[in-house]
Amino acid sequence: MSVTTHTPSPALPPPSRLMAGGPLGWVKANLLNGVFNSMITLLLAYLLVRYTISFVDWAFLNAIWQVPNDRFGRADTSSCRDIKGIGACWAVITEKHRFILFGTYPYEEHWRPAIVCVLFIALYIVSAMRRFWRKELVLVWAVTLTAIGLLMWGGVFGLSYVPQERWGGLPITLILATFGLAFAFPLAIMVALGRRSRLPAIKALCVVYVELIRGVPLISLLFMASVMFPLFLPEGLNIDKLLRAQVAIILFAGAYLAEVVRAGLQSLPKGQYEAAEALGLSYWQKTGFIILPQALRLVIPPLVNTFIGFFKDTSLVLIIGIFDLLTAAKTAIIEPQWQGFAVEVYVTVGLIYFIFCFAMSKYSAGLEAELNKHRKR
Amino acid sequence: MSAALSSSRHLGKPAIQLLGVNKWYGQMHVLRNINLEIAEGERVVVCGPSGSGKSTMIRCINRLEEHQQGQIIVDGIELSDDLKSLDAIRREVGMVFQSFNLFPHLTILENCTLAPIWVRKMPKKEAEELAMEYLTRVRIPEQANKYPGQLSGGQQQRVAIARALCMKPKIMLFDEPTSALDPEMIKEVLDTMVMLADTGMTMICVTHEMGFARQVADRVVFMDRGEVVESNTPNELFGNPQTDRLKLFLSQILRGH
Ligand SMILES: Nc1ncnc2c1ncn2[C@@H]1O[C@H](COP(=O)(O)OP(=O)(O)O)[C@@H](O)[C@H]1O
Ligand SMILES: [Mg+2]
Repeated sequence: MSVTTHTPSPALPPPSRLMAGGPLGWVKANLLNGVFNSMITLLLAYLLVRYTISFVDWAFLNAIWQVPNDRFGRADTSSCRDIKGIGACWAVITEKHRFILFGTYPYEEHWRPAIVCVLFIALYIVSAMRRFWRKELVLVWAVTLTAIGLLMWGGVFGLSYVPQERWGGLPITLILATFGLAFAFPLAIMVALGRRSRLPAIKALCVVYVELIRGVPLISLLFMASVMFPLFLPEGLNIDKLLRAQVAIILFAGAYLAEVVRAGLQSLPKGQYEAAEALGLSYWQKTGFIILPQALRLVIPPLVNTFIGFFKDTSLVLIIGIFDLLTAAKTAIIEPQWQGFAVEVYVTVGLIYFIFCFAMSKYSAGLEAELNKHRKR
Repeated sequence: MSAALSSSRHLGKPAIQLLGVNKWYGQMHVLRNINLEIAEGERVVVCGPSGSGKSTMIRCINRLEEHQQGQIIVDGIELSDDLKSLDAIRREVGMVFQSFNLFPHLTILENCTLAPIWVRKMPKKEAEELAMEYLTRVRIPEQANKYPGQLSGGQQQRVAIARALCMKPKIMLFDEPTSALDPEMIKEVLDTMVMLADTGMTMICVTHEMGFARQVADRVVFMDRGEVVESNTPNELFGNPQTDRLKLFLSQILRGH
C-alpha cells in the first residue's frame, strides 16, 4: 500500500471586492456604470445639491431670528411677512418657545416644568444604562416620578399650587408617554402570559381585552375616557381629565404591546420551557429567568417600533383638549400677528419629536446587538 | 426478572414504580398498561422503534407529560395534581434531552447555578463551586464563562448533564442524549454517562447505543407500540430475544450499524 503525504493547502485571505480601486473606483463601479446609471446618478446628485442649497438658504441664510415690538408692545412681524417663502421666520420660536414648551403653565413658574423635563430625560438616560439595571432602579423611578408630581402640582414646600388644567407642552407629552409605557409594558407582559394560561377564565379575559381595545381607534377611546366616562361617575366625583386620558393610553398601548410580547413567547422552542420545568423552577422563576429574558430580546425591534408609535400618538390627546406639545405649538400661532408661520413651528416641534424617537431607535439598535451577542459564535 | 438483577449487583428499595400506567393523546393510546419498577441505583436502558412511547414514558416520570390512568410513584411520592409533590419530585429527578435545551442567554456557569440557587436556595458562591466541580467532572471547566452557542454539540450535552447533576438528583433521566450528535462526539457523552453510572446513580436512559447498554445497564426494556414487550439483562435481551417484535427491531438496528 503506498502512502501519499498530503501537505495542507495554505489558508488564503478572501479576495477583496470592496474598495478594490479606492473610493474613486467604488464610485465608478457602483454609480457610474453604464449610461443609464450615470444619468440617474447625475440627476439625483443635482436634485440633492439644489434642495440642500435652497433649504440652507431658507433655514439659515435668509432667516429672521428676532423681530422688534410695535408701539402696542406686540411683535411686529412685517419683516417676516416680506421674506415669506424665501427665509424662515424663526422669530416665532424665539418669541413663543416658552409657550410651546410649557403651554399655559404660569409664566414665572416655568422653571418647574423645565426641571421636570430635565428629570425625565435624566431618568431615561439612567434607565438606559445596563449597569444601573438593578432593583434600586425601581426606587429611582418612584422617587423621580414623585418629585415630578410635586414640581408640577406644587402646593407644598412653598411652591404655589398649579391645577392640572394649566399644565401644558412638553411635560404633558413626556408624562403621557412615560407613565403610559411604564404601566402599559408590565400590563402587556401579564396579558401576554395570561393569553397562554391554562386557566380558561384568565385566558378569555386577556383575549377579550386585547381584541376589544385593538378593535377601537385610540381617538374614540380618548373620547370615551373624556366624555362618556364621567357620565357613569356619581355626582360630585370628578377624576382628573389627564388621568383619564392617561388610563386610556395605558390600556391602548397595553393591548398592542401584549401582542408583540406574545409573539416573542411563541417563538421560543418548547424545550426551553421543559428544561426549566425539569430543573424544578416554579412558574414565575421559569418565566422570569428563562422565558421572558429570551422572548423580550427577540422582539426588541417591534417593541421599540410600538414605543415610538405611542410616543407620537400621545399627541392625539389634543382632540380632548389636553395641552400637549403639539397642541401648545398650534395654540402658539393663533394670535393674528403670528398666523401664517405654522411651518416654522411644526418643523421645530417635529424636530423635538424626532430627537426623542431617533434616540429610542438608536438605543434599541445598540441594545439589540448587545443583548443578542450570545447568539453569535 | 428480579433474580437476574440482584445477581449482578445489590440494589436498594424501589426508586420508581409505574403501576398500570395508561396515556392517550386524543384517541391515540400511547402508553398501554405499563408496569415497571426500578430500584435505587439501578441502571435501565429503554429501547424500541421510533414512536413506541419511550419519550412519553420517561417524561411522565417527571410529569412533563401527564398520565391518565394508573400510578407513578417516584422516590416514595405519588405523582398527582398536587403542585407541592410535583416540585419535590422535580428537585430529585434530573433530565437530559436529545436537543440539550441549554439556556442560550445564560453562560455555562449560570446554566448550572440557576436551579441550585433558586430551587435549592443554595448560596451563590457555594452553587458556583459545585457547578465548577461538576463541569470539571464532565471535563469542560474552561468553558464556564462561554455561552452555549459557542460550544460543540458534545460539549453542550455534557454541560446539560452537569446542569442536571448540580441539583444533586437521586434519579437521572436521559432521552436519546446522543441522537442529535455527530458521530465523533457520541463517545465523549457516553463516557460521561458511564462515569455517572459508576457513581451508583439511578438512571433511566432511552438510547439505541447497544455498547453502552451492555456496558452499564442492569436491565434493558424493549418497548413497542406503547407496551413494555420484553425486559431483561442486556446479554439475555440482545442475545436471546423472546418475541418477533424484538427480533425484528434488533435486526433493524444491527443493519443500521
Ligand atoms: N404532544 C403530542 N401530541 C400528540 N401525539 C404525540 C405527542 N407526543 C408524542 N406523540 C405521539 O405519541 C407516540 C409516542 O411518542 P414518543 O413517546 O415520542 O415515542 P418515542 O420517543 O418512542 O419515539 C408517537 O406516535 C407520537 O407521534
Ligand atoms: Mg423519543
